Amino acid sequence: MREDDNKYWQENIRILKILLGIWFVVSFLMSVIFVDQLDVIRIGGFKFGFWMAQQGSIYVYVILIFVYLKMMDNLNHKYHHEEKDILAEEKSDQAS
Amino acid sequence: MSLQLLTYIFVGITFIVYIGIAIWSRASSTQEFYIAGAHVPPLANGLATAADWMSAASFISMAGIVSYMGRDGSVYLMGWTGGYVLLALMIAPYLRDFGKFTVPDFIGDRYYSQLARMVAVVCAIFVSFTYVAGQMRGVGVVFSRFLEVDINLGVLIGMTIVFFYAVLGGMKGITYTQVAQYCVLIFAYMVPAVFISILMTGNVIPQIGFGSELNESMGGGYLLDRLDGLHQELGFAAYTAGVRSSLDVLFITAALIMGTAGLPHVIIRFFTVPSVRAARKSAGYALFFIAILYTTAPAIAAFARTNLINTVNNAVYTEMPVWFRTWENINLITFDDKNGDGRIQYVADPDINELNVDRDIIVLANPEIAQLPNWVIALIAAGGLAAALSTAAGLLLVISTSISHDLLKRNLMPNISEKQELKFARIAIFFAVCIAGYFGINPPGFVAQVVAFAFGLAASSFFPAIVLGIFSVRMNKEGAVSGMIAGIVFTATYIIYFKFINPAADTAENWWFGISPEGIGTVGMLLNFIISVVVCRFTPAPPQDVVDMVLDIRVPGKPS
Repeated sequence: MREDDNKYWQENIRILKILLGIWFVVSFLMSVIFVDQLDVIRIGGFKFGFWMAQQGSIYVYVILIFVYLKMMDNLNHKYHHEEKDILAEEKSDQAS
Repeated sequence: MSLQLLTYIFVGITFIVYIGIAIWSRASSTQEFYIAGAHVPPLANGLATAADWMSAASFISMAGIVSYMGRDGSVYLMGWTGGYVLLALMIAPYLRDFGKFTVPDFIGDRYYSQLARMVAVVCAIFVSFTYVAGQMRGVGVVFSRFLEVDINLGVLIGMTIVFFYAVLGGMKGITYTQVAQYCVLIFAYMVPAVFISILMTGNVIPQIGFGSELNESMGGGYLLDRLDGLHQELGFAAYTAGVRSSLDVLFITAALIMGTAGLPHVIIRFFTVPSVRAARKSAGYALFFIAILYTTAPAIAAFARTNLINTVNNAVYTEMPVWFRTWENINLITFDDKNGDGRIQYVADPDINELNVDRDIIVLANPEIAQLPNWVIALIAAGGLAAALSTAAGLLLVISTSISHDLLKRNLMPNISEKQELKFARIAIFFAVCIAGYFGINPPGFVAQVVAFAFGLAASSFFPAIVLGIFSVRMNKEGAVSGMIAGIVFTATYIIYFKFINPAADTAENWWFGISPEGIGTVGMLLNFIISVVVCRFTPAPPQDVVDMVLDIRVPGKPS
C-alpha cells in the first residue's frame, strides 16, 4: 500500500511543479522582471506587460486552480482515492 | 429621495439580513462554533472566503492606491490574489485532510511541541488584532461620512452587529453572513464601475473598458494613452510605467503572496468544507469571486484618475462641484492656493502643487465625481460596511479560537468539557470585539504601518512552517521552531527599525539591497526555510506517529 502511496505522491508533486512553474513565470517574470520588454506588444489600448501585471496574471491564477482541481480528480480516480461526498449522502438520506 | 435617507434604508436592510442569518444559524457545539460543523458547501465557502478576504482596505482603499501608484499598484493586485494558488495547491487540501480546528493545532501537532503551538498562537493573535483595528476604523469612517453620525457611535453600531452574529453563531453564523456580505459588496462595487465605464468608453465591462477608446465627447483616443499623456503634462511618471525598482516590486509581491497563504483567518475557512476535494474546489471559487473585484479595481483606478485630473486641474476653485466641498469639510481634500490665482494647480512638483486628495476618495467619491444617481452612492456605504464587517468577524473568530481552543483546551486546561470550551470561546470573542472597538475609536497612529507587519510575519512564520510540515517528512520540531523564531525576529526587527525607531531613514538608499520594509517578509521567509532545513539535519528525526500523520495527510480519504 505504501508503495502505491509513494507513486501517488510523486505524481502529485509533478503536477505541482508544472502548475507552480507557470504561476512563477506569470507572476514574477512576465509581470515584474520582463514587464518593460512585453510593453512593446500592444493589445488594443493595453500595453501587454501592464495588462499582465494588472489583469492577466489574476485570470491565470483562477484558471490554474481549476486545472489543478481537474488534474487531481484524474489522479485520485487513477489511484481509486474516491472521497465520500458527505453533503450529497445526507441529502439522499433525508430524501429516502 | 435624499441621499441620506437612501443610505439609511440600504444599510438598515443589510443589517436586518445579517441579524436574521445570525438567529437562524446558532452554533450548539465547538465543532459548529469553530468550523461550522465542516458542512459548508464549496460554493458557499468560496463566497464566504472572498468576503472574509476582501476587507475595508480592498473595498475602500485599493483602487485609490492603484490610482496613485499606476503600474506599481500591481504589487497589491497580484500580491493579494496570487497567494490563493499556493493555498489551493500546497496548503488547503492537506490541512483539510488533517481535519482539526486551527492553524496552531496543525503546527503544535505536526511539530509535537507546545512551544511551537504557543509561537503559532501568539502570531495568530498578533496578526489578527493588527488587521481588525483597521476594519473597525473603516466602519467608523463609512458611518461618519455617509450617515453623518459620530465616528465613535458608528464603531459602536458596527461592534454590536458583529458581536451579535459572531457570539451566537460562531463560524456557522459568520460563514452565512459572509455569503450575504459578498453579494452586497460585489454589487456595490460593480454598479458604479459599470456606469463609469459606459460613460467614459461606451463599454459595459470595466475590465475591457479601461483598455478601450474614450467616447467622442471625451475626445476619443485610448484611455490609457490619454492618462499617460496627462500624467506627463503635469510632471508625473507615465501611468502605465513603473517607478519602483523591479527587485523591490518582486519582493513586495512575494511577501504579500506568501503572507496571504499563511494568514490564519483565510486558512481556517478551508476547515469548514466537507472534503479534501471541496477544499480545492472552494479555493477556486474563492479566487474567482475575489478576481471579479480585483480586476475591476485597476479599471476604476484608471477611470477615476482621468476624471479627477480633468475635473480639478486648472479649474477655478469657487466653481468646484458639491462633492469637492463635502470631502474638503472632513479634510480628505485640501487646497492651498499658493500662487493666489484662484485656480487649482494639481502637479507633481510639491512646491507648485496646491491640491492633496486622500486616496480613499477614489472609491468613496467616484460615483459623485461621475455624477451618478443617489442610489448608487448609497450602495457604496452598504458595500463598504459589508467588506469591513465580514473581515472583522473572520479575524475575531481566529482570536477567540486561539484563546479557547489552542491556549486553554490544548495547553493550559486540557480537562474542560466541550460546553465549557464553547463558553470560553464566546467570552473570548466578546473581549476581542471590545478590544477591536477600542482600537477603532482610538486608532493607534500606526495602523497603516502595521499592515506590512501582518503580512511580513505571516510570510516569515506560518508559511514555511506549514509547507515544510507537509512536504518534508524529515522536518522536526527543532528545525521548525528555530526557523519560525529566526524568521519572525529578523522580519520584525527590520520593520520596527524603519517604521518606528528611525522612520526618517525609511528611504531606498538605506534599505538592505533596496528592499523596502513591505517586502522584507520575503527575506524572512527564505531565512526561515534555510535555518529550518539546516537545523533539522543536525537534530533527531521526528517520532514515527508524526511521520505516519504526514504520510496520511498526503493521501486523501485516509483516516489520520
